Parts: sequence; structure tokens; C-alpha cells
Amino acid sequence: MNPIPRSALPPLPHLSRRSFLGLGAAVGGTVLLGACSTGGDTAPSTEVPRDGGRLRAVFAGGGAQEVLDPHKTNLYADVARSNALYDKLVEYGDDLGPVPRLATAWRANADATVWTVDLRPAVFHDGRPVRAADVLYSYQRILDPKNALRPRASLEVIDIGRSRAIDERTIEFVCARPCGDLANVLAAFGAYIIPEGTTDFSRPVGSGPFTFVSFEPGRSFVAARFGDYWDGAPRLEELEILTAPDETARINALLGGQVEYADDLGVTSARTYDSDARVQILRSPRSAMSGFAMKVDRPPFDDLDLRRAMFALVDRDELVSTVLGSTGVVGNDLFGKDAKYYAGDLPQRTLDLDEAKALVRKAGALNTAIEIQTTGATNGFVEAANILAEQAGRAGLKIDVKVGEGSTYWTRTLDEGVLSSFRSGAMPIETHLAQRMLTSSSKNYTQWRRPGFDALFATASETTDEEARVGAYQQMQSQLHSEGGLLVWGFSDGLHGLAPNLAGMSPHAPTNTLGYARFDKAWLG
Amino acid sequence: MILARYAGTRLAVGVAQVLGVLVVVFAIAAALPGDAAVVIAGDDADPKRIAQLRELLGLDRPLPVQFGHWLTGILHGDLGTSAVSGRPVADMLGVALAPTLTLAALAFVALVPLALLLGVVAAARRDRPVDRTITTLAVALYAAPEFAMAIVLVAVFAVWLGWFAPTAVGAGGSLLLDPQLWVLPVLVLVIRPVCSLTRLVRASMITTLESEYIRHTLRLGVPMRRVLWRHALPGSLTPATQHLARVTDWLLGGVVVVEAVFALGGLGQVLLAAVSSRDLPLLMGLVALFAVVTVTVNTVADIVAYQLNPVAGVAG
Repeated sequence: MNPIPRSALPPLPHLSRRSFLGLGAAVGGTVLLGACSTGGDTAPSTEVPRDGGRLRAVFAGGGAQEVLDPHKTNLYADVARSNALYDKLVEYGDDLGPVPRLATAWRANADATVWTVDLRPAVFHDGRPVRAADVLYSYQRILDPKNALRPRASLEVIDIGRSRAIDERTIEFVCARPCGDLANVLAAFGAYIIPEGTTDFSRPVGSGPFTFVSFEPGRSFVAARFGDYWDGAPRLEELEILTAPDETARINALLGGQVEYADDLGVTSARTYDSDARVQILRSPRSAMSGFAMKVDRPPFDDLDLRRAMFALVDRDELVSTVLGSTGVVGNDLFGKDAKYYAGDLPQRTLDLDEAKALVRKAGALNTAIEIQTTGATNGFVEAANILAEQAGRAGLKIDVKVGEGSTYWTRTLDEGVLSSFRSGAMPIETHLAQRMLTSSSKNYTQWRRPGFDALFATASETTDEEARVGAYQQMQSQLHSEGGLLVWGFSDGLHGLAPNLAGMSPHAPTNTLGYARFDKAWLG
Repeated sequence: MILARYAGTRLAVGVAQVLGVLVVVFAIAAALPGDAAVVIAGDDADPKRIAQLRELLGLDRPLPVQFGHWLTGILHGDLGTSAVSGRPVADMLGVALAPTLTLAALAFVALVPLALLLGVVAAARRDRPVDRTITTLAVALYAAPEFAMAIVLVAVFAVWLGWFAPTAVGAGGSLLLDPQLWVLPVLVLVIRPVCSLTRLVRASMITTLESEYIRHTLRLGVPMRRVLWRHALPGSLTPATQHLARVTDWLLGGVVVVEAVFALGGLGQVLLAAVSSRDLPLLMGLVALFAVVTVTVNTVADIVAYQLNPVAGVAG
């Protein structure tokens, strides 16, 4: 009477919802053809783009529970489907800076409390123009607390009740407080524009490059070329988004010629097929940050000496080469390497055991055992935690690894414990700070709450003076670097497999940016 | 009608078993850390949003109320809606049922004759090379976990040799009509049950062949082949029938693994998704289905075994 198999189950990635796109769990991915044997570009540049054909792309996906509501976008497969059917006003570029999409321009008033946004001429799949009213309706729906939608936290600076349409293609957004960079808000994960009054998504209508054809949840989504797309009609006749939760199944489908694009491959697969003629490996640079979160509001990590001991005892190179493999680079205890406003000039931390030992002694932590919370549901977490425990041992600090359940991991480690494994997908540094590093942040995994820091953030986010903003970001990051609780040891690329005849994919887009999981510029050679 | 009374008792027990399973699974699922709201939020663990989701999904009601609500629905033939997708559970199960049933049916069709044949041959050639080979293989293959076998078979027969499809990704239409898709999954599914059933048939055949009445039949000059299939086999089937019923439960487990490796999108994958996302309505719908199937199969098997061999006190 027991439906549970007796054999050990292989780790099934989709279960852990490891492929969450947004904040934490994502093993990010950008679409980039970096290290394939042709050396950089998806296709030889002599190749003339061709029209037609059906591109089949396989993503991790959410199985039978998938939905086509773009505001519920959560997994990579959801992003691919939403990007096909819908547009946002603004998207993140390769450096996480804003790229105009449905919005062409945005202007603030003197104190950055009112923004005027211009829309480009664009049409929905049913021929209706995209109007200011559609944008306001979409944002109202996201901001309605009853709907509990993910993008709400990102858009809440907008006072939607006081915002209005000036004319068909001009919107006046009123902000609840000064907002220096509204474009970043408009590009929020999941903030897609739907036609006014839409409540049913069984036959969705958007303004995106592909029109809806059919959808079988957990199996297949088919969309066809939209000839009137504002950014030029796609070359592909049809796009099919398929789902396979198991990474092995995705790479096998690509090798077997069942798909032309396989999303989110593991380091091992990418290494195995790197020089294989049947596969091009596309990289999404710096898509995932790996680290540990120390809670700075409680013992033992309320002691700055102990945090600094941790920064000094970590052998980042060992962690990167063991856990992230060839796609990894070391981190410097700051989020957002290579993103806009990243403080790249701060000195790179390196292993200093003597310093670490002295600091452990000074903090009086020589014989205390510290527990690290981790989970097997996210790739690499347990390995990294075990390596950290071993490295800490070399400095005289005892760390016990406690492996916990996956689906509640992010909720539990928010308030519980003192030290936990942490990871994040790519996002602008502003978003990271707003959601995780302020007194009011809802996802403050390090419990970093400093009025002075909050004030700096207010300056950075409210000012329209770019120089003041850069200065504030510099100061905040320098504080976090010397006293913060987030130990960032590495960044890694997202990895995807492409069939040899697939070209035109964006080569340097981190996961969840404009170039990721978009197929309207792709073609099949 | 002793049989009728036995069958009646077994059916009553079966209904009680199904109800018991439903209550237990609901309690266990509710006791798991986290709920659908936490899972939907995932790494976006904003406490305010989670509280809103709970309210939206009705997870803030007391557990007995939630269970009662679900049970009332199911008695009216309404399986409710999935907490995650909001679609009717009945539709979701309906879509996932086809691939799983196809796999299970094909597995059974392959399993029964194969195991009977191998078991009888091994018993008839007891302790000779044929028997030794069959027994050794059965023990060895039985020890290999399904997912490992699946990965090896795909690597060899699909990716390398290209004889079969490596996965069912992007396949439309009926699974049954496309052997390319189902040969490998069915093979993975039946290997272990074939091994266990073969050894069971062999053992009980050997016992039967040594019995006095079979020896007597042979002394009467009835040819060995006829004795094997006509006389000995039916007498050996009692344990095999019951074991076959247990294999049903097992196929469910195997199906979970096989569907994941081949991306078949059947009940196994829905079950995994339901558990991992704490989607209680979906999980309970699945459990109701599995419980009814398992209890029915086992009850029928016991009744058949009772009829085949009324004297052997049948274990319930």
C-alpha cells in the first residue's frame, strides 16, 4: 500500500523548484554562445539568417501545474513562454541596466515623485493597439494585494491609484516616495503588459513576438510568428516550449535531435559536450551568485571579528573549482559582479589563515560549534557547506552542517539559525539591496539593519543625480564589504545547449535579462 | 457460498483501507514542513505575500475543515482545484493518466508471460546451466536501481545507437502508437519485477513438481511438457498472483522514476510535483486514485488466490 518507490530516487531538480528565476534559487542562465568550439558567436558570421521552421526548446518547467498567467511567472519555462507572448515596458540589458521595450522614454519631475512614460506604437495579437490603459490595468492587477503576485514587491513604489493616462500613449506614474530610477522598477521580473480587462489566460493575448497556438501544461506550448511585432517579426515560423524536469532528459533530448535548445544544463553535461559537434554550449555570464549568509543581529555573528574571520578563512578558489567548475569565478563578498554600480575597485579578499586564526581567538569562538543550514535541493549547496566546514576547521572554528528540507528552505532560513547557504540569480544591485539589505527589507537573510545604510540607499534610489547615486552605491558596498554578513565566494554562468543549426541567440545575456529565453531573433540554419 | 462471504469481507476491508489511507496521507502531508503558499513563494519568501497566498488558497482554515471540505467534494465527484495552478484536479489527472496507464499495461503484458516462461523453464531445468544463468541474471538485475538502468539504456540504445527516442519530449499523440517512445521505459519498468516474479514462479513450481500428485501424473505417462503447463503451473500460481498484485504497487514507484528520466509527464511526475509543492488537493486526488487502484487489485488478487487454493489460509 505504499506508493513510494523502494529504490533511491535520483535528485530531481524540478522538485526543488531549483529553477526559480528570480531571487534565490536560480541556477541562472544567459543565453550566450561563449565557449563553444566556434568561439563566441552562435553562427559563423558569413551565414545568412534564414526564415521559417519550428524551434523546439526544452526547459525545466513546472509540470502539470503550469499556468500561462504572465504575472505568475516563476520558473524558467514560464519566462520563456511569457517572453514569447508578452512585453514589458523596460527590460534589463546584459549589464542589468534598462533597455527600452514598450516604453521608449521616461522622465522624472524635479523631486522624482512623478514620472512620465512614453509608449511606442505597438499592437496586441488581436490587432488592438497597446494603450496607457492596458499598462495601468496590468500594474493594478500586480499591485492588488489580494492577488499576492510576485512582482508586487518590486512595483510597490508606484502609487497606482494616483497614476493616470495622459493620452493613449503617455502614462503619468505617481510614486509613493521619490524614485530616482523608475526604469529599474518597470523592468521588474514578471511585470508584463496584458490587455485591459484580461482575467482569463486559457487563450492568452499579448503584444509579444509570438501568438498563442496551443498549450498542454507540463508538456508543450506552441506559439506562431507574429507578423506585426513592433521589434520586427521573428524569423521562426513557430516556437515550441517543452518541459522536462530532469536535466538528463533535457540534454538527451538535444543529443537525440528532439529539440534545438536545452535550457539550464549542469556543469558536468556542459563539460562533457563542450567539444561535441552535436551541441553548442551557450553561457549566461555571472547568472548565479553563491555565498553564505551570516545573521549579524545575533551571536555569534553579531561579533564583527568573527565575520571578518569568516571572510579571511574561506578559500574561494577551492570552493569555486570544486563546486562551480570551469564556469565559476571568485566573489568578493559583494553581490552583482560586473553589473551596473558594482564596486569593482574594492580589494579582492584572499585566504589568510593566520589572520583568521587570530580573529577567531579574539572573538572567543575557538571551541564553540556553529551550525550551518543548507539543503540538498539546490545544486552545490551541500558540497559548498561541507567545504566551508572543513576550511573553518583549519582556522580553529567548528562548523556543523545541517541539511534540511528543500521547499521550505528559503522561508526557514529567513529568520532561523545563524548561518545558511545562499544563492541568487542576477538582478540589478538596487533590487538586491532593496529586498535584502534594508531595515524594511522583507528578505533580509543577513538581518543587516542600519539606519545610516538605509539613508544612503534612500539617496541612491531617490536622486536623479547620477554622480550622487554612484557615490552612494560605492559607500554602501564598501560598508557591506567590510562589515556585512553576506559572504559571496563565487559567481557562475548559466549553461544551455544548442543544436548546431540554431543561430541568432543573444550571446552575453545573464539569466532573466532581455536576451535570456528569447527566440524572436533566432533562426534555424 | 464461502467464496461470496470471503469476497464480501474483503471488499468491506478494502473500503476501510482506502478511507484510512486518505486520512493518513492528508495528515502526513499537512504535517510536512511548509505548505503550498510557501512553495509558490519559493525563494521569494516575503512573509506578507505568503500570508496573502495562504488566505487566497484557503490554507488558513483549520485542517479538519480543509479535509472535510475536500471529502465532501469527492463524494459529489468533485476533486477540487489544484492549489498551484487553479485548474480542476480531475482534468490534470485525466491528462496524466494516459501515459501512465499505457506504460503500466505494456509492462504487465510483457511481465506476465516473460516471468512465467523463465520461471517454468528454470524450474524444469533445475540446477542445470539454463537455470543457473536465469537465476544469476535475475539476482544481478534485481539489484540495479531503475534510474541507473534507465540512464545506461538511454545512453546506449538512444543517444549512441539511435534506435529509440531518448525522451518523450515534444511527442504528441498516443504513446501506444509510437514504440520508439515506449520500448525503453517499459524495459526499465519490467526488469526488476520480471526478476522477482521469475524466482517466485521457479520456487513454487519446484515445490509443486516434487509433490506426490505430479510424480504420479508423470508415472502415468503424461508427457513432461503437458504436466508442466497443465498440471503443475496452475497449482503454483497462488503465490504468483498475490505477488503480481504487489508488483502493481511497485510499478507505481517505478513509474515515478521512469517518467522523470524519459519526461513522459504521467501520474508519477504529477505525484512528485504535488508532494514537492504541497499541493494538497492535487495530492489527495492522486492518493484517492492510487489507493482505489491498489486496494482493488490486491483484493481481487486475494479473492482469485482464495479460489485457486481455498485451503491455504490467505493472508489479508
